[in-house]
Amino acid sequence: MERIPILKMGDFLIVTIQVDMHDRLALALQDDLTTKISATNAKGVLIDISSLEIVDSFIGRMLSNISGMARILDAQTVLTGMQPAVAITLVELGLSLPGIRTALNVERGMSLLRASLAESDDATSEDDVDASHEM
Amino acid sequence: MSDTQLHDLISRHEVDLQAEWAKAITSAGSAREDLMKPEELRLQCSDLLRRLRQALKHGGTHDLTGPEWKEVREMLVGVSRTRASQGFTPSETANFVFSLKEPLFQRLRSELSAKPAQLAEETWSASTLIDKMGLLTMETFQQAREDVIRRQQEAMLELSTPVVKLWDGILALPLIGTLDSARTQVVMESLLQRVVAEGTVVVILDITGVPTVDTLVAQHLLKTVTAARLMGTDCIISGIRPQIAQTIVHLGVDLTSVITKASLADAFKIALARRNLMVVKRTAAVAAPVPAGV
Repeated sequence: MERIPILKMGDFLIVTIQVDMHDRLALALQDDLTTKISATNAKGVLIDISSLEIVDSFIGRMLSNISGMARILDAQTVLTGMQPAVAITLVELGLSLPGIRTALNVERGMSLLRASLAESDDATSEDDVDASHEM
Repeated sequence: MSDTQLHDLISRHEVDLQAEWAKAITSAGSAREDLMKPEELRLQCSDLLRRLRQALKHGGTHDLTGPEWKEVREMLVGVSRTRASQGFTPSETANFVFSLKEPLFQRLRSELSAKPAQLAEETWSASTLIDKMGLLTMETFQQAREDVIRRQQEAMLELSTPVVKLWDGILALPLIGTLDSARTQVVMESLLQRVVAEGTVVVILDITGVPTVDTLVAQHLLKTVTAARLMGTDCIISGIRPQIAQTIVHLGVDLTSVITKASLADAFKIALARRNLMVVKRTAAVAAPVPAGV
C-alpha cells in the first residue's frame, strides 16, 4: 500500500504530502506518525502541504487530529505551505484548525519549531534552577 | 400587399413625414435640445425613415428579425444606445419611435378615407410595426443601462480591494464600502494570493472605510483572518471606530481571537515589532544627508 514518507531531522519529523490524500492514506499517516513520534522521541512535527490542492472535511479533521495526538506525545506541530484555495475551503467548511501552528513555507516552519523548542528548553532549565535553589 | 401600401405612402410623403415626425417629437417634449441638436434629430428621422422604406420594400413582412430589417434594427440599436449614454430618459427615447405614429396615421387616414376597411387594416399593421420598433428600442436602452451598471460594479470591485505593501513582509488591506459575501471572496482571494507571492508575515485589515459592521460582516472578517492564519500569517484588524466597537460588543461577536487596534498606525507598529523592526527618531548628530527632492 502507498505510504507517505516521514523524515527524521534532528529532533523533528518532516512530512511532505505530495499526493492527493485519500482517506486510507490519511489514516495510515496518522498511524505511522504517532508510532514514529514515540519511537524517535521527536519534539516537533512539520507537515508541508504546499502540493496539496484539494482538501475535504475529513482531511481537515485528520490534520487537526494529528496535531492533537502529537501534542499528547509532547511534540509541537507546524503546518506549512497551505495554498490559498485550500485555506478558503477549510474556512468555508468551518475548520479553522485551532491549536495548529502554521507557517508560510518550510523554512519559516522550521524556525518556528526551533524557537518554540528553545523556549521550552529555557522553561525546563529555569524550572531546574528553581528546584536547585529550593533544595 | 399591405406593406407595399405602406411603402408607397412613405416614399410619396417622405419629406413631409420626416418634418412632421420631428415636430411631433419636439411637441411631445422629447427632443431634449439641450442634449441633441435639432438638425441631428432631423437627420436621425430621415435616416430611419429611409431605412424603414427600404425594409418595407424588400422584406415587407412585419417580422423585425428578418435580414431585410437589419438596417432598421442597427439604426434603432445605435440611436437607443447613444441616447442611453447621453442621458435621455426611457420615455424620451421611446417617444422618438412612437411619435412616428401620429403623422403616419394622418397620412393613412387622408389617403384611405374612402376605404374604411383597408384603413383599419393599414392602421393596425402600421401600429404593430411601430410598437415592435419601440420595444426593440426600449430593450436596447435597458441593456445599455445594465451594461453601464455591470461595468461600474466590476470597476468598484477592483477598486475597492487594493492590497498594499507597507514594508517587507507587511501587507495592508484598506477595506472601503460594505462587505458582502461576493466581495469578501474577492478580498480573501486577492489577499491570500499576495501573501503567497510576497511571503508576508503580518497582514493589517483596515476597516476605517467600512460604514457598518453587522454579524455577517464580522463573520466575513473572521473568515479572512482565519484563512490567513491557516497559511501562516498573522492578521491585525485596525481602524475600528467607537460606534463599531460598540456594535460589535452589543451583537456579541467574539473578536478575542484576533488582534484589534484602533488605528492603522498602531497596527503598523505591532507589525514592525513582529518583524523585529522599530521606528526611531533621527538625532541631529547621526542625521544622514537629506535626499534630493525632499
